[in-house]
Amino acid sequence: MKALSLKRRHPLAAIALLLLGLLFTGGLYAAASTANQAKAETQSYSSSDAAEGKKLFVANCSTCHGMGAAGTKDGPSLVGVGAAAVDFQVGTGRMPMQMNGPQAQIKPKQFNEEQTRQLAAYVASLAPGPTVPEAHILDEQGDAAKGGELFRVNCAMCHNAAAAGGALTRGKFAPTLHGVESKHIYEAMVTGPQNMPVFSDANISPEGKRDIITFLKTIEKNPSPGGADLGALGPVSEGLFVWTAGLAVIIGFTIWLTSRSS
Amino acid sequence: MGNHSDGSSTGSGTVATAGQHDEGTFQDPGIPPHRPRLADKDPKAAKRAERQVAILFIVSVIGTLVFLVAYFAIDLTNKSTTRDISLQNMLLGIGTAFAMLGIGTGIVHWAKTLMPDHEVSEERHELRSEEDRQAAVAIADTIIEESGIKRRPLIRNTLLGAVALAPLPALAVFGDLGPRPDDKLAHTMWAPKDGKLKRLTRDPDGTPIKASDVTIGSAFHVIPEGLNELEHGKLNEKAKAVVLLMRLNPDELHPSPGRENWAYNGIVAYSKICTHVGCPVALYEQQTHHLLCPCHQSTFDLTHECEVIFGPASRPLPQLPITVDEEGYLVATSDFHEPVGPSYWERDEHERRLNS
Amino acid sequence: MSAASTAEQSTYQAETKFGRFTDFVDQRVGGSGMLKEFGRKVFPDHWSFMFGEVALYSFVILLMSGTFLTFFFDPSMAETHYQGSYSPLYNVEMSVAYNSSLNISFEVRGGLFMRQVHHWAALLFVASVSVHMLRVFFTGAFRKPRELNWVVGGVLLILAMAAGFTGYSLPDDLLSGNGLRIIDGVIKSIPVIGTWISFFLFGGEFPGTAIIGRLYVLHILLVPALILLMVVIHLFMVVVHKHTQYPGPGRNDRNVVGYPLGPVYAAKAGGFFFIVFGVIALMAGFFTINPIWNYGPYDPSPVSAGTQPDWYIGWVDGALRLMPGVIGAIGGYRQHFEFIIFDHTLTLNVLLPALVPAGLVFTVLFTYPWIERWITKDNREHHVLDRPRNAPTRTAIGVAGFVFYCVMWAAASSDLIATHFKVSLNDVTYWLRALFFIGPIIGFIVAKRVALALQRKDREIALHGRETGRIVRLPHGEFIEVHEPLNEYKRYRLVAFESPKALPAEPNAQGVVDRKERRRAKFSKWFFEDRVAPVTPAELESAHAHGHHGEVESGEETKSLSH
Repeated sequence: MKALSLKRRHPLAAIALLLLGLLFTGGLYAAASTANQAKAETQSYSSSDAAEGKKLFVANCSTCHGMGAAGTKDGPSLVGVGAAAVDFQVGTGRMPMQMNGPQAQIKPKQFNEEQTRQLAAYVASLAPGPTVPEAHILDEQGDAAKGGELFRVNCAMCHNAAAAGGALTRGKFAPTLHGVESKHIYEAMVTGPQNMPVFSDANISPEGKRDIITFLKTIEKNPSPGGADLGALGPVSEGLFVWTAGLAVIIGFTIWLTSRSS
Repeated sequence: MGNHSDGSSTGSGTVATAGQHDEGTFQDPGIPPHRPRLADKDPKAAKRAERQVAILFIVSVIGTLVFLVAYFAIDLTNKSTTRDISLQNMLLGIGTAFAMLGIGTGIVHWAKTLMPDHEVSEERHELRSEEDRQAAVAIADTIIEESGIKRRPLIRNTLLGAVALAPLPALAVFGDLGPRPDDKLAHTMWAPKDGKLKRLTRDPDGTPIKASDVTIGSAFHVIPEGLNELEHGKLNEKAKAVVLLMRLNPDELHPSPGRENWAYNGIVAYSKICTHVGCPVALYEQQTHHLLCPCHQSTFDLTHECEVIFGPASRPLPQLPITVDEEGYLVATSDFHEPVGPSYWERDEHERRLNS
Repeated sequence: MSAASTAEQSTYQAETKFGRFTDFVDQRVGGSGMLKEFGRKVFPDHWSFMFGEVALYSFVILLMSGTFLTFFFDPSMAETHYQGSYSPLYNVEMSVAYNSSLNISFEVRGGLFMRQVHHWAALLFVASVSVHMLRVFFTGAFRKPRELNWVVGGVLLILAMAAGFTGYSLPDDLLSGNGLRIIDGVIKSIPVIGTWISFFLFGGEFPGTAIIGRLYVLHILLVPALILLMVVIHLFMVVVHKHTQYPGPGRNDRNVVGYPLGPVYAAKAGGFFFIVFGVIALMAGFFTINPIWNYGPYDPSPVSAGTQPDWYIGWVDGALRLMPGVIGAIGGYRQHFEFIIFDHTLTLNVLLPALVPAGLVFTVLFTYPWIERWITKDNREHHVLDRPRNAPTRTAIGVAGFVFYCVMWAAASSDLIATHFKVSLNDVTYWLRALFFIGPIIGFIVAKRVALALQRKDREIALHGRETGRIVRLPHGEFIEVHEPLNEYKRYRLVAFESPKALPAEPNAQGVVDRKERRRAKFSKWFFEDRVAPVTPAELESAHAHGHHGEVESGEETKSLSH
């Protein structure tokens, strides 16, 4: 001890103290925030979450969704949509919506994880609704083949058999599912955002949804065995490729072949 | 036969024309003089070209080897991933491409640089000379004369009749290609069997659906009870029986007279087979209450009994009348009241028969 | 003693082993005559002549890769469950045909590569046939004596499309299965016999268990045999007629200028086969085509967004999309395009788009050589081609037809246009409906004006030489651009074409001008109006002599100033 106290006036002592302080506070923060994450997984929100969420809501959402989320002519009521809906819409950046249009577009998120959680807590507190999925549903250990069958019957007509996305009427569209987080896929299925139908647990069971997510992540992680997939959009891109790249290369060769050698 | 002159002008070259200006045309200057290539003038360049051709052929050999190595070194088993397959596919492609392009570009380069590139002119000959024509006509006349067919119209006419009818058996034997259509298209598996109403079940696993399962905004893909257990003709029945089940607010529906009890508390069921040319209509836009067919974009309005509001379909989707049984499961009260799917010539007659 | 035998003993003794072998065959087959006739036959050399070769070579590659596939494909529609290595389909119920296609893709080494070679070659086959056909049309190579070959070519186009359609339906996957569903719907709409044809084709109700096997027979036996037959006839006529050539110095209707078959042309053409094969192999090695594992097995319930046929069937699908089924809002007056006639259903909203555009295109296609002959009264043989600009109305007609085709082709991808350009799907359809009618008209006008403008530009160059871009200042201060006159070879290429005048109505053998002849004269006027005539020597003389103000022509050695 005496040795340590003798060093207290060492020039590097201040730096050492600074480092210790940073490590301490940083460690505390990390511990605290992981604890918060754990809270999100067990889907229990504290009342402070809901209170903070209400403040965020009033400032950012109530213009269109009304005070108390009861809805206005610009935005529907959010009573009963559940935490899942908020986590999806805010987590993918769709909400707050940039402007009125046929469809909310994905854009950079405006709120971080904590704020998203708080908004979700607030909306969840208004009325019971679909919740954020448990970790087990998102573990990608379901049956990919069953998931594929469910996907083709329920989802492929809008999102395309390879989940590359597709068109709806009047400017709306079903986006690609590549690169979408598993929990957002689940939340979209269970809340039916905008024109997507609602796939409640009575329609597709949680196991079924797990299978679908497993299927989607399997095809996302495994590249096409035939090479570059040209967008996985089917014969249109293949035909376009042959007429542009294919014929261009062939014509290039024919011009070389028939040109005079130098 | 051919005149293999090598470049001298073959004449004035003016083309006889009809209705052309008579102000004269330019004289054909003949084939331009041959310009020697590098390989013609410089033996070192020729040697270089020769080496280039040889290198291309060697590249081909390498390509062939790449192909053979890739084929035998990578085995495909039950454990193979799509990555293994795409690697082998790519290597086989590279190998084949170099093997082929090596030979092809080698030969073409050889022809372009080393083979003589003098343009030569060859005379075209007449496709048919007048003396050939006359000889042919004489021969044809002789053949016809000797066959006697002109002098014997009885033979000619009966021959024509026999030959005209003889191919008919060849068409007739195809009569068993398929059964007669009858009115098979007008009946689906939804018809109650032995008085028992068919339950609506989930596609593809076949579990029955309770009315309480169907929430507002949901879309269920439905097959009739018993479809999955069929031994034969499962897809044939499915191709007529698939149904979409959705729930709306009851006051958003406007049932026409006679259809008031076809829905159950705002739950409606419609045939999924597009009335245009038969694709599954599948896409349900929850907020606009529109059904969209992805094949040709026919759009149907659920609030007006699936009338067509856009696209090439003309007929609305047939509605399946539903109710619930004692346990609360949704059942079809009867078969469709009209044939499902694309229209056909006898459709109207079949519809009347179904409703009589 | 012995009379002279009919076969003379050959006095030739071969010296080498190879020579003896060839001599043996020659004495029994008469190869010498063929070599004499064809060995140094002259073929003209231009890159735009090679599309027919691309088609031929693609077909050969299709035959080779297709033969491989027949050893592994099973066209049965019996039910089975997948037990292979692709896990997202494990244990899924499917037909044996789909199962064997998956097996080829995932279990057979080189199987996927062969499938992709086969399918890319198929797309390239129809594409090159189409480009070849367009080249033949725009250069007027269909004129006498090649009208029959043009018809054979048209038949080949139809057969190629049939081969492709039957082929991509074989794996019985969701995408092609929905295509078959659509075809069945179209067939059912045919009056009187529609349902009968549908039941006969599918062996009963759709989908049945017969169709894949039947398509298989068509695809590997009947259609390729017909294609081979047509190709033989097609090439035979090319040999008999000899190939056409572009106008140029030394080239006229009575000769062929080019390279001899052996060795140059054979080397280039033969080498080109390997090049086409190599390009197809590159595509097959690096780019996925027809990923049937994504679509899943055919089932009447699911469907994928973006359901389109292969490109060459696209125009038919596009026509189906563009036709409205009913016009008018709900609640108001609605005009349906499906009618009940004497208690029977006439589905015009399906029949019209399926039959009319294709019927129109193919009718005009097949009869065009005779139409043009009738209008121009030009019954001469033509072996020198027209540069497209020198036949402006024909070029414009071709462009109009091509635009008509392309509008329908684009309509087939209307939903992908909507998602990629972020526009409304319905708006895309409305625009294409309008373009269906006015597109060809605009195409005609633009193409004709462009052709005429190019002709005028050619005249300028022929008369005044090539603009060199060099600016010279004259002593009195004027700036002029130096023009380099063309040498006689280049100039000949620009002026060696006919520009006929419209042919007025002529009396027939009875001395009467009948109505058909008057109509022909009207068409002739329309066909040849706005004609641009080639530069004549007299015009060139006067251009030199007067020297248009502001131009300087540079001679070979000195620059001469003319004022």
